Amino acid sequence: MSELTLFLIRIAYLAILWIFVLSAISVVRSDMFGARVPEAARSPQPRGKERKPAKPAPKRRGSPSHVLVVEGANAGERADLELAPVLIGRGNDAAIRLDDDYVSTRHARIAASGDQWFVEDLGSTNGTYIGSVRLTQPTTITLGTQVRIGKTILELRK
Amino acid sequence: MSQTRASQPGALMGFVHRRRRGAELFLLILALAVGVGAYAAVGIGVEGHVPADIVGYGGWLTALVLAAHLVVRVVAPYADPVLLPVVAALNGLGLAVIHRLDLATGDTFARQQLTWMTLGVLLFVITLVVLRDHRILTRFTYTSGLGAIVLLLLPLVPGLGKTINGARIWIGVGPFSFQPGEVAKVLLVVAFAGYLVLHRDALALAGRRVVFVDLPRGRDLGPILGMWLISLGVLVFQKDLGSSLLFFGLFLVMLYVSTERPGWLVVGAALFTAGAGLGYYLFGHVRVRFDIWLSPFAHYGEGTDDRAFQPVEGMFGLAWGGLIGRGFGGGSPERVPYANSDFITAAIGEELGLTGLIAVLLLYGLIVERALRAALISREGFGKLLATGLGAIFAVQVFVVIGGVTSLIPLTGLTTPFLSYGGSSLVANWVIIALLLRVSDLARRPLPDLSAGDVEAEADVLSTQVIKL
Repeated sequence: MSELTLFLIRIAYLAILWIFVLSAISVVRSDMFGARVPEAARSPQPRGKERKPAKPAPKRRGSPSHVLVVEGANAGERADLELAPVLIGRGNDAAIRLDDDYVSTRHARIAASGDQWFVEDLGSTNGTYIGSVRLTQPTTITLGTQVRIGKTILELRK
Repeated sequence: MSQTRASQPGALMGFVHRRRRGAELFLLILALAVGVGAYAAVGIGVEGHVPADIVGYGGWLTALVLAAHLVVRVVAPYADPVLLPVVAALNGLGLAVIHRLDLATGDTFARQQLTWMTLGVLLFVITLVVLRDHRILTRFTYTSGLGAIVLLLLPLVPGLGKTINGARIWIGVGPFSFQPGEVAKVLLVVAFAGYLVLHRDALALAGRRVVFVDLPRGRDLGPILGMWLISLGVLVFQKDLGSSLLFFGLFLVMLYVSTERPGWLVVGAALFTAGAGLGYYLFGHVRVRFDIWLSPFAHYGEGTDDRAFQPVEGMFGLAWGGLIGRGFGGGSPERVPYANSDFITAAIGEELGLTGLIAVLLLYGLIVERALRAALISREGFGKLLATGLGAIFAVQVFVVIGGVTSLIPLTGLTTPFLSYGGSSLVANWVIIALLLRVSDLARRPLPDLSAGDVEAEADVLSTQVIKL
């Protein structure tokens, strides 16, 4: 094996190594922001059903009107669902401010979709529970479903 | 996502992560070129011809990597596309360098390392298939903490423990020896993350302020401090300096990240200085390492105690390699004792030069970057802390070992992840990568769309009930 061949192999191998490193970096670069998805494609309109964003469907008998704290340090406090989404937490910007050590600053949110109400955990430390199930994604709640946040229990009320 | 949020054109919400499995496959093919190419270059450089078993070797490597890729494709479709190829490239390069050292010394470490890699990929696959949601690990917070301590204590058991090169960190079962500390570090990250995610508010907010830092209450810090002190004590007792440094750094990083208190870094630096000073005066082996680091040439050559033979030969190798290296077979990296484990970066620096060594360092940088990226985009605290901790393991370990080889810091024995010969380390690192892929898979997976019709909304409720946490 001649000296020149060995030199060329050496350079070629370093080139392969660096091509790999640079391609990996370019994949990282193109991965930085992910793919942009058109808003329309991401939240398709429900089929055969009218929707009014940010405004709950016209009042029907039996639809909830407010969130009530039924148990915990702030029992009795309430927030109107007209002002949805309702933010729950220990922070000052929360619609229901809870004095509960186990509640995060921005703990959970109750929002409407159609005539359904959803509770969504906002990455809280101790989690939001319905029964014994910790929420991992927005979940529908109905009248009287008990949502537990720290030592506090909330409900939708008429 | 609630409908109100989705209807607002949010700054970040308009993006979803793509799966990028095609990109991963492309990078994997390049990674195989790096691994198999190195094997062929070693054959040409050392023996003068392409090794005869290149097809079998390359085929086996390809099969392993493709198996890992297919499993990722099926069970973690949104996982990070860069991690697996980078790891495959490092592992392939490590195998080739070990093989090159084997050719010089007549050992068969490369063959054993390939066996360990097979086992590592197997455990990687099992981890990904069994662990569909890393949050299940929060159930085993204290169990894994206890497990880590037990594993660290195992080498001290008479009859089971083995002392190799002055450190009692091995257990021997029959012909096999295993380093339980490597598994313990993964368990310890799980334990720290699980504990800190529950108690970080209490750790950050409750407590007294002393000089610079808000010291947390004893009952909040106690359990984790206990776990950490015990493991650190065991390691110091076993004279395993590298792992002690690794665990110390790991604990500090995770505490800092979870509480967001920079004061911990001040406290950590103070503790480290105190510990290093104390170690210097108390332990002979620490003092020796310091002396060798400060004046290596006073301990090299005839007429001296020759204790700096290994680091000095390593430095000679790096210098001889220069900018583009001597080429595989062109240097003599086998002069350095333990060139295939602790000093494999010196071997790479000698034969691939600074150019090759920087590429390797960049690959480690990419692993850490992808780990921190997964932590950033993860939507829940445990995943964030787990990914940060696992990334910190790589960062600290690479810094400690390559810093030691290049004489930036005193030399402490640790394996270079994926490159060094060492079964326990390789297997544990493959499991770490599986955990990182799992975290990034859940983090990058788009949120379920809730704004569709009632039927789908109900389906979502049902799926919520199924997830047990």
